[in-house]
Order: sequence, then C-alpha cells, then structure tokens
Amino acid sequence: MSEEDWLRQDRLPHIFCAGCGNGTVINCTLSAVEQIGWKRQETVFVSGIGCSSRAPGYISTDSLHTTHGRALAFATGIKLANPQLNIVVFTGDGDLAAIGGNHFIHACRRNIDLTVVCLNNMIYGMTGGQGSPTTPMGGLSTTTPYGSGEPAFDLCGLATAAGANYVARWTSYHVRELTRAILTGLENPGFSFIESLVQCPTNYGRRNRFKQVADQIEYFKSHTILVEKAARMKEKGEMIPPEMILAGEFVRRNRPALGVRP
Amino acid sequence: MTRTEFMQGNTACAEGALAAGCRFFGGYPITPSTEIAEHMALRLPKVGGVFIQMEDEIASIAAVIGASWTGAMAMTATSGPGFSLMMENIGYAVMTETPCVIVNVQRGGPSTGQPTLSAQGDMLQCRFGSHGDYSVIALSPASVQEMFDLTVEAFNLAERFRIPVFLMADEIIGHMRERLIIPDHVSSNQRKPYEPGSLPFKAGEDHVPGFPAFGKGYGVHVTGLTHDERGYPCATSPKLHEDLVKRLVGKVEGARGSITSCDILNPDAEVVFVSYGAPSRTVQQVLHDHPDDNIGHLRLKMVWPFAEMVLARFTNAEAFIVPEQNLGQIAREIERHTDKDVVTVPKLGGDLHTPGELYAVVEDLK
Repeated sequence: MSEEDWLRQDRLPHIFCAGCGNGTVINCTLSAVEQIGWKRQETVFVSGIGCSSRAPGYISTDSLHTTHGRALAFATGIKLANPQLNIVVFTGDGDLAAIGGNHFIHACRRNIDLTVVCLNNMIYGMTGGQGSPTTPMGGLSTTTPYGSGEPAFDLCGLATAAGANYVARWTSYHVRELTRAILTGLENPGFSFIESLVQCPTNYGRRNRFKQVADQIEYFKSHTILVEKAARMKEKGEMIPPEMILAGEFVRRNRPALGVRP
Repeated sequence: MTRTEFMQGNTACAEGALAAGCRFFGGYPITPSTEIAEHMALRLPKVGGVFIQMEDEIASIAAVIGASWTGAMAMTATSGPGFSLMMENIGYAVMTETPCVIVNVQRGGPSTGQPTLSAQGDMLQCRFGSHGDYSVIALSPASVQEMFDLTVEAFNLAERFRIPVFLMADEIIGHMRERLIIPDHVSSNQRKPYEPGSLPFKAGEDHVPGFPAFGKGYGVHVTGLTHDERGYPCATSPKLHEDLVKRLVGKVEGARGSITSCDILNPDAEVVFVSYGAPSRTVQQVLHDHPDDNIGHLRLKMVWPFAEMVLARFTNAEAFIVPEQNLGQIAREIERHTDKDVVTVPKLGGDLHTPGELYAVVEDLK
C-alpha cells in the first residue's frame, strides 16, 4: 500500500484552498500510519469542525466527522467501546483549544490511547478568518482588525501539564520531522499530541504580511528553534526572542493510560 | 429465572438497560438521575461493559454516540441542565442515524430550578430542542416496573429506527421504590445489518439503512453535514437535503400508529384524563376512589411521536383533562388534534396533583 491507498479517490478534489498547509500534514499522517503498518479496517479517523476536520472525509477508513470541539469526546467513546481500533483525531486550533478546550485537557488527563494531530493555522479558516486562541499577539484577523490583544495558547504546554504521554510540535515546513513525530505518537501508548503549525494563505497569510504561500513556510523555517537548543540557551542565560516557535519533542513518558489495546 | 425485587426507579432503569444489552454508559453526575450512573458504574464492568464519567454532558452524549458506532448499545442519563447541554449532539445522532438511549429524570426548571423535585417541563425540549427539523421517540414511565420495561423498549426502538430514544422520566418515578419483576429474558431488537457493498446511507422501504459498524472494513464516512447515500458531504443541494430530512422524519412519523404505546380505560367515557409519567398515578387514584364508566383514562407510555389516532378511540369524549407537571406542554399537542374541550391542569413546584384537585375538574365539567 501507499499513502494514496488511504485516500477516497472518489471524493477528490478536496475543498482546501490553493497553498493550504493541511494537505502536507495529512500526507505526513498517512505516511506515518503506512509506516507503522496499521490495517485500514482497524483504523478510525475522527474530527470536529473546521478546515482541518475535513481531512477524515478524504481518508478511506471508517471516519467520524463530529460536532465543533467534541472530536475527542466522540473518540473516547469509540476507543473505550472497542480498544482494538487505532484512532487518529484531526483537529484545529479553534476546534481543540477554544470550544473543545475542556475535552482536550480531560483527554490528556485520562491519557486515553489516541493520537491527536492538531493543524494550527492560528485562525478560523472555515468561517473566513476570525481570531483564534492561537492567533499571536498583534495578529490580524477579521475579529482582531487592530491586532489581537490576547496572549496565545501554548497547546503543547497545555497537553504536557494536563498529562499527555507524548507531546511534539513541528510545522508544515518540517515534513520529515513531523512524520517521525506522528509515527512516534502512533507507537506510544496513551495520549499523543502532535501540533503542526500550518500556513493559511487565504485567511491568515494575506492579512499578516505573508504575501506568498512560501513566505509563511519560509517564516516557519527561519523562526523555529529546537526544544534542546532553547534549553541550552536558557541555561546560559540567553534570551529567546518571543516570536520564535519552539519545535521538537516536549515529553515522552509512560503515565498510566486508558483504552490501550489489551 | 424471573425474580422480584424492591427497587428504586433509577436503579430499575439501569437494570433494564443491562437486560436490553446496553454495554456502554457515558455520563455526568446530576440530580435526580445520578443513581442510574452509579448503578451502571457498579454493574457494567461485571458484564464486560464500559462505564465512563465524562467531563460534562456534552462529552457524555458524544462518547455514547462514538461507542454506538462500534456497534455497542449505549446510553446516558441526565436531568434538565445536562439535557440542555446535550442538544447539539442529539441532533448529530439524528443526522448520522446513531442508535442511543438518553434518560432524562426531569426536575424543576428553567435553569438550575429545583434539583430534587419532580417536573415534566422538558417534554417539548425532547421533541424540538436541537436545531432543524427532525423526529424522535420519547417514552414516559409511570412506575418502577416501567422504568425497567420502557428502558428495554427504548433500546429496541433506538436500534430499530437508528435514532436517539428518550426515556422521559420524572423525579417522582426515578426516586420511587416499589416492586419490580425482572424477567429472565427480555426481547431485544438488533440493528439491521449492513449489506457490504451497498451504499451506507441508502434506506430500504422502512426508511432505515443497515448499520455499517466501525472496525469491520466498510470504510464508512459519517458526518453531521447533509450527506448523500454514500455518506459523503453534499451540503448545497436543496433536493438532497429535503429528501434526507424528510426520510429522517418520515421513518419515525410514518410508524407512529404502529409503534405507539398507551393504556386505555373506559373508552366510552365522556370525560377523559390524558396523562403520562407521575401524574398518571393520581389519575389512577381518582378512578379508584370514584369508579365511574363515564371517566376515561388515556395513559401515554409513548409521548412522541404523538399518535393522535388514539384520541379517536374515545368515541364519546366531550372533554380531555390533561394533568401535567408543567404549564400544559402535551395539552397543546392534544388541542392540535381534537375539536373537543381540552382542559389543562398544570402543576408546578414538585408536588403531584392531589386526587381531590383532579376530581374537582371532573365535577366542574358535569
């Protein structure tokens, strides 16, 4: 099998905008699922509402496209009722961290055996570009026309604090690292959380000085700093510029987990 | 072996669910329904089932729907405030045709209201509470025995029609203790199986598609978006949306005459009580205290879909008296279907009507 075999060919073309980063992350995810060797009939993709949540509709396994913010609660029911199933949840920053925030922290606390891939485009894309909990301070959106005045959520920090077994962050630029992180998440029992920043040229990029699609990907490349390097800089008392994106593996541990295949 | 117990209504509901084959419960504590969750927490692990206390009622119904897609019979139980929180996902269960049972042990509302006292104020919410046009089934138990029997029936109907089915109990019946006969075996409906290769949301003559459970290799896509018979989103076709919604409503409404369930006493009477749930007990007392062929009783065990044809069984009826623990929610439905007098007898605050109060209404009509 190849990644293509995991796609519902009869649903293509997809609805994502030209230049959207979602396709990259879906591809990385399917590549990881392919590498771990999961069977299609034992794999379920679950999502909430938003651009990222449309992904399961293009994947040829059983898939549950649920209500806004609630994907993790639905996935919890599936996994507990049938622990034999492998479950990947696609979600976005609005779906996971705003309306679904409570389910997120409790799924981490339960450490339920799911792999969650969060496509963080820092904006509500589906509804036309409103500010989200991860829109950076000063970021422009249709509901923050003068720049966002709220600090953004650190989703990986949240997942780590709440108890997830595996937490990593990459971007749509870091295709290999991201694929490897998702694969590690799939392998790791318990709650695995992989955040990927993705470019949204239609609703984020064009309002925030990324005139071309590549400009935002270039930004991801030049503005990421590895967790290990950041730690070394901190030790030396060096300042980490606040706009830098911390990337890499934040935690890999073995807290007791729920719903692990017997 | 059939056994006789002395049991609380909420516990009887949980036992009914287990007898019916329920193997997943997702819930959140709320008075006056909590004993159902507590009993399921105790019993489910012993029968190979799963109990989980979720973080809120939204998550509870979501987990129930997720579990149901693995093929498990699944339920939750709640009361008014939690029921309100569940509304969006109840619509999702309707749209995705997911069998599940939702118990609402009703308490006084609106808002936090009277957590420990009885009411029937959610009878229209269970019918209309989620957005969009749809139809559901709601049962209303009037005894501990019916907390058991109608829970079994709720599962059977949910499985048969692939819809959420409500057990609309009230605090009085939920917390009442009386004799319960638990049969050795209950009859149970299975979901209609999916025929591999067929379109997953294509329905036959009964308007209910076969159920393609997750994990069998069917590769089914399930979405709350308007979808075609493949299950694929198609939210911009007026015709497809209209056909889908009409089928979802039609599979329930079309069956209402055949599935409806009620008790009828004195069908030749001119004055007829119509009741469901706890107030039925008071009506039964009135009829016991004043035996009179001219006082009839229609006790609805299934409130929704409302089967207006049962009203016509009372051929001599001049007036329907409708005592409810609300301001006349089902009385309004009866008014829609009859040209006879409909006398609503509302009672708020948690107390039952007294037999005297109800008999006084009969006297007034004489």
